[in-house]
Amino acid sequence: MTDYTKMWAELGLDLKGHDALLSVLGGAYRDIFLTQKNRPEGMKYFDFVMSEVHGMRIKELMDAKAQGRKVIGSYCVFVPEELILAVDGVSVGLCAGAEFNFEGAETVLPRNTCSLIKSAFGFKLGKVCPYLEASDVVVGENTCDGKKKSYEILAPLVKDLYVMDLPQMKTDAGKALLKEEYRKFTAKLEGVSGKKITAESLREGIAVVNAKRQAVKRLAALRAADPAPISGLDALLVNQVFFYDDPLRFTESVNKLCDELEERVKKGIGVFPKGTRRLLVSGCPMAVPNWKLPLLVESSAAVIVGEESCVGERGTRWLTELKGTTVDELLDAVTDRYFNIDCAVFTPNPSRIEYVKEMAKKYQAQGVIHYSLQFCQPYIMESGPVEKELEKAGLPTLRLETDYSQEDAGQLKTRIEAFVERLKK
Amino acid sequence: MRFAGIDIGSRTIKLAVLEHGKLALSRKAVTSYNPLETARELMNDAVFDVIAATGYGRHLIKGHLDCPVISEITAFALGARYFSSDCLSILDIGGQDTKAIALDKEGRMNKFEMNDKCAAGTGRFLEVMATALGFNLEEFAKAALSAGKSVKINSMCTVFAESEVVSLTTQGAARDEVALGIHKAIVSRSVSLLKRVAPPGNVFFAGGVALNNCARALLESEMGRTVFVPPDPQIVGAVGAALSASEAAREQWVSQGHHH
Repeated sequence: MTDYTKMWAELGLDLKGHDALLSVLGGAYRDIFLTQKNRPEGMKYFDFVMSEVHGMRIKELMDAKAQGRKVIGSYCVFVPEELILAVDGVSVGLCAGAEFNFEGAETVLPRNTCSLIKSAFGFKLGKVCPYLEASDVVVGENTCDGKKKSYEILAPLVKDLYVMDLPQMKTDAGKALLKEEYRKFTAKLEGVSGKKITAESLREGIAVVNAKRQAVKRLAALRAADPAPISGLDALLVNQVFFYDDPLRFTESVNKLCDELEERVKKGIGVFPKGTRRLLVSGCPMAVPNWKLPLLVESSAAVIVGEESCVGERGTRWLTELKGTTVDELLDAVTDRYFNIDCAVFTPNPSRIEYVKEMAKKYQAQGVIHYSLQFCQPYIMESGPVEKELEKAGLPTLRLETDYSQEDAGQLKTRIEAFVERLKK
Repeated sequence: MRFAGIDIGSRTIKLAVLEHGKLALSRKAVTSYNPLETARELMNDAVFDVIAATGYGRHLIKGHLDCPVISEITAFALGARYFSSDCLSILDIGGQDTKAIALDKEGRMNKFEMNDKCAAGTGRFLEVMATALGFNLEEFAKAALSAGKSVKINSMCTVFAESEVVSLTTQGAARDEVALGIHKAIVSRSVSLLKRVAPPGNVFFAGGVALNNCARALLESEMGRTVFVPPDPQIVGAVGAALSASEAAREQWVSQGHHH
C-alpha cells in the first residue's frame, strides 16, 4: 500500500487524529459492507474507492492542482457540478457524515446543531478532511438556517469560502434569483481558474454530469426487482461515492455494476430472499460514512430499495437538458434543472411527497421510513405532513429522528423491527 | 402444547406460559446486570414446548435459545388483545420506554409512537424521583393521590428533574405536592404520545407504571376515557410473545403439510 503520510502532512492534516479516523472508518467498512452476503462483483470497485478514499483520490486531486486545475468543495446538491467542470475544475463533496471531534465543533457551534453541520466543523477543526484542505474554494449555500449561519463561522477557518444564496419558494422570482446566483458563481469560477466558460465547455460539463446521473438512475431502476439485486447499503454507498469520485471513471464503474445487476435480475438472483419486505428511505442526506439507518434496516429482515434524499434521487433524478447554443441559454437549462430539486427548505414543497409515492410504486416498496437528523428543522417539520399524506395513500410510514451517535441504535432497531412486523400482515 | 413468552425488559424480566389459551404460569424478576442468567433462572423449572422472546434483550436470548423474536411493540399489540379483545389504543410505560400503539378492529398494529432515546417520562424516571423524595414506589403513588394540589415540574430529563425536585424540597415545597407534579409530568408526556395515534375508545394501560394508581387516575382524567389495566400489567409483553410462539408453531405445522 502506498504511503500517503507526506501528502497528508503537506495538506496540514493532524496525522494522529487522521490515523484514528481512518482506522475506525476502515473497521466499520469491513464490518458493515464486507460481511454482506451475495454482494455483486461490481462493488469491488467501490470497496477499492473506499480503501483509497483519503489516499489515491486525494493524490489525484493534488495532481490536478499541480496542473493548474482548481478543486471546488461543497456541501449541497444545489452547487452545479456542470459549471465546475466547465472551467476544468474538480468538484468534491466535503466530509460531513461522521461523529468526529464533536466536542471541538461544540466550542464554536451551539450543542443543538444537527450532526451534519457539527461533523463538517469537527472535521475542519480536527484537521482530518483532506478534501476540505485540498479545496481551493469551499462553496456554502443558504439552504437551512443552521447551514446558513454556520458558514459565517466557517468563513475565517477556510481559505476561500464562497456563499451562494438560494430561493425558498418555487416562483418566477425564485427562479430568477437562482439563475442570478449561478451567473455569479460562474464569474467566481472563472475568476479563480482563469478560464472562461464557453458554450462548448459548458455543454461538455453538462454531458459528463448527465452521464453520471443516468448511470445512478439505471442503478435505481434495477432495484425494482424482487429479489433486490443489490442491498440498500451498497446502493447508498454508490450514491455517496457519486460526490467525490472522478466522474468518468465513476460512470463507467456504475454502468459495469448495472450490467451485472441486469444479469442478476434476469436470473432472479438477489441479496435477500424474494419476498423480503421492501422499504424506501426519505428525508435528510446520509453523507459518507453515515450508514447507521440502512445497517439497522437490513439487519431487521427488510431491504431498502430507494432513497428519496440528496444522497439519492433528490440529488440525481433530474438531468440538465442539453439545450441552447450560448452560455446564457445553457445557464437557463442548468437553472431549470436545479430549480426542480424538492429540498425541504422550499415552501410549500408538495412535489417531494408526490415523488415518494411514485418511487414506492416504481420500486414496489411496502413502506417508507422518514429519516430526520435531530435539529434539522426543515425535514422534521415536513415529516408530519409527509407521514400523513403517505399513510393516506396506503403507504405505512415510520418517522425516525436520530443523529450520528450509536446510543439510540437499540431503540431504533425496536421501532424498525416493529414497523417491518407491521408490514408482514 | 404449552407456549411461553419471555419479555426481557430494562428493569424486569417477565415469563408467561399459555396452555389451551389460558395463562398457566407467570413469573417476574429484576433484570440485574446479567439478564441472561436471570432469564435462565426464571425459565428453570417452567414447563413449555416452544418459546418466543421480546423486550430489549430479545436478541441476547435469541443467541442462546435459538427461538423466534418479536419486537415489544408487536408483543404488546398481541398481548393487549388477549386481555381485552376489542381494545384499539395501548399505552405501555415500561422501565426505559414509553409506547403508544394503535390497533385496527382485527387487532393488527396500525401505528405506534415511542419516546425518544432518553428515559425521560418512563418508569425509571418515576423510580429516580421517588428515591429523591425518600419514598418507595407504593408510598410515592399514595402521596401523590393524597395531594390537594401539585407543584409543576418543568424538566423532563431524569437528571435535571431530580435536581429540580431537590431544589423544590429545599425551598419547602410539600413532598406529596411534588409527587403529584411528577406524576402529572409523566402522564401528560405519555398522553401527547398517545393522542398522536390513538383511535377513539378505551385505553389499555400496560407496563410497570400501570401498577401506579395515581398514574392511572391521571391518565383517565387527561384522556377523558376509560382506562383498562389488566390484572398484571407487566406481563402483557410476555403473553404477547407466547401468543406469537403459538402462531409460529401453527404456521410451521401448516407448512409441514398438516391440516386442521
